[in-house]
Amino acid sequence: MSVIRRRTKLVAVAAAGALALGVAACGSGDEESGTNAGGKPDKLVIETFGEFGYDELVKEYEKQTGIKVELRKTAQLNEYRPKIVRSLATGKGIADIVALEEGVITEFKLNPANWADLTPLVADHSKDYLPWKWEIGKSSDGKLIGLPTDVGSLAVCYRSDLFKAAGLPTNRDEVTALWPDWDAFIETGKKYRAATGKGMLDSVTTAASAIAFQAGGDIFYDKEDTLIADKSPAVKQAWDTSLKIVDANITAKTATWSPEWSAGFKQGTFAATFCPAWMLGIVRDNSGPENKGKWDVAGVPGKAGNWGGSWLAVPERGKHKAEAAKLAEFLTSASSQVAAFKLKGPLPTNLEALKNPEFTSYTDPYFSDAPTGKIFGESVQAIQPTYLGPKHQAVKEQALEPALRAYEGGEANAAAAWEQFIKDAATQGAY
Amino acid sequence: MALATPARPASAPPPPPAHRRPPSRGARLARWDIAYSPYLYIAPFFILFGIFGLYPMLRTAWMSLHDWDMIGDHTFIGLDNYAALLKDDYFWNATVNTLGIFVVATVPQLMLALFLANLLNRTTLRARTLFRMAIFVPNITSVAAVAIVFAMLFQRDFGVVNWLLSLVGVDAIDWDAQRWSSWTAIAFMVDWRWTGYNALILLAGMQAIPKDLYEAAALDGASQWRQFWRITLPMLTPTFVFVVVLSTIGGLQLFTEPLVFGNGNMRGGTQREFQTLAMYMYEKGINNLNTAGYGAAVAWALFVMIAIIAVINFALVRRTVK
Repeated sequence: MSVIRRRTKLVAVAAAGALALGVAACGSGDEESGTNAGGKPDKLVIETFGEFGYDELVKEYEKQTGIKVELRKTAQLNEYRPKIVRSLATGKGIADIVALEEGVITEFKLNPANWADLTPLVADHSKDYLPWKWEIGKSSDGKLIGLPTDVGSLAVCYRSDLFKAAGLPTNRDEVTALWPDWDAFIETGKKYRAATGKGMLDSVTTAASAIAFQAGGDIFYDKEDTLIADKSPAVKQAWDTSLKIVDANITAKTATWSPEWSAGFKQGTFAATFCPAWMLGIVRDNSGPENKGKWDVAGVPGKAGNWGGSWLAVPERGKHKAEAAKLAEFLTSASSQVAAFKLKGPLPTNLEALKNPEFTSYTDPYFSDAPTGKIFGESVQAIQPTYLGPKHQAVKEQALEPALRAYEGGEANAAAAWEQFIKDAATQGAY
Repeated sequence: MALATPARPASAPPPPPAHRRPPSRGARLARWDIAYSPYLYIAPFFILFGIFGLYPMLRTAWMSLHDWDMIGDHTFIGLDNYAALLKDDYFWNATVNTLGIFVVATVPQLMLALFLANLLNRTTLRARTLFRMAIFVPNITSVAAVAIVFAMLFQRDFGVVNWLLSLVGVDAIDWDAQRWSSWTAIAFMVDWRWTGYNALILLAGMQAIPKDLYEAAALDGASQWRQFWRITLPMLTPTFVFVVVLSTIGGLQLFTEPLVFGNGNMRGGTQREFQTLAMYMYEKGINNLNTAGYGAAVAWALFVMIAIIAVINFALVRRTVK
């Protein structure tokens, strides 16, 4: 074989290699669920984050219908969101059902064209769920985008051993009675500080969010989706009370999710934190088995509040929208929500599920056998209807909370912190 | 084959006259080989660069001219994003942070690298190879691991650094609450990772300096210190500038260290005390779905800044090498 021949061959191989690379780059795997002869899908894909408790339900559905269901899970919401964005933006690898959390659904609702209207695909459930929860599942143009799954609700998790050391009551009913309102909560925090020299509450930001939710109605946006962060009564109330909390020096200044915060559960840096139902697992994991029985669950100061919760939506580009909607309907039914709660703990939003004795009689052994089913079940019913605007989460996490933390940390005075909040709210809230 | 095709393209050369033999297949291939195969040899790089380098750049430029919603509409708005950028406080804040952290991190880093390189260059040093390898180890450690460990060291409540400071009577510092403290902590991470790397490059530069210069200087009675100032440093300038260029490019793209230090929040501190340009780009371009176009504009602004600094460096090198 001549030199030239060999070279041409090499060139051909190189060219073929480059071509293959290009082809490989273009043809990235687009997993599509096939359809068999009868038009019934072979497989439906559900995309969820954290724990929805669907493992058993999905198997039951497979048995009932003969449709295979693939349950995809992502541990963290912040890893989950980019996945959904990518599949929506490119149309590749899109699931048939996508779980949308409270913090992201408002943002995804901004482009309703991405989502199928579920109204014609499922029975009328408008009276079956908590009314405010049902409303958030609808887009501004009236499409039904999401079927309600769970809700966070809100309680106070507290360390009874630390409360005892501070000379405070430890029984959960007495603790709830300590703080009928926020002023009483602040007074309790002062007593705790006087007795122990430590902050009772972990951080001011969770309180702020709770207060805004308790006020109900419009928070950062009005019903026309105009940004009203600077004049909303709910925000004003949350802001003023938060400043009082900081001024009374009753917090440990540990930002939620920070390493100080996670370590604080074990170290006893703080004695109380605001607990939506899904937070119980996080408190348990952060505190470790050695603190079992030290935590307990009491009611929140003021009225009921909420933090978190999700919906199931069907992407418009999905191949089997009708079947996907049926599956979503099944997963959000009263009996399914009770089953999911028993498996992993997400609080039901279906009114019938909330009355189910299996739910209401549940007690949590880690939290000193607190009747969490009863506590959360009652507070869920009392949650004020709230309206979440398009960029609610961004305004809350990137404008309100940083400004409050800056005030809490002494980096900004009240006026500067408010100015920072309004400025950030304007940029974060624009859509 | 060609003869069997009746209609030839107009641009094709006329058929060769009958009396001249057409070039053989082999000769034709040889001609092509000489003319075209060099391009094929370099093609893999350019194809890869085109797909993963050039195309994303051009696409980003195109995006930056739009009001681009990641999962919604794209509206052409010309240079509006750039105009808004120039008036954006947070963009300039991120610029100041990026340059500030760069200076705080790089100046001590290069001095330390120079010092280490000079030590490693000593002929009397034992186990030189071991030391040379050892100072490079931080560089091959995963940046995320480094950032996580340092973020724990610099924790407010249970961090080792605050504990050490408490031994000498300093109150606990909330490292991510002020500019100076957060910049210092981040500079520590950067320096821990890159000092050894730069020291090795400087060492290579030092070894290229002819030994007879030192011998002559020693004969004339110049001390080690004087030799360092009068021979090593001037002869090392080109290498030094190269190291500065590399550090600049790396410094301007600083992302992981401040991000992990700030708990994974793109803001970089409650008041954006340590948000770098790369983080701001991510916040606007990826986190906020509806401002992807603006994020693209930040990316191009960052590119232009790096280009300007690279040109300045290049001019400096040319002057010093002359």
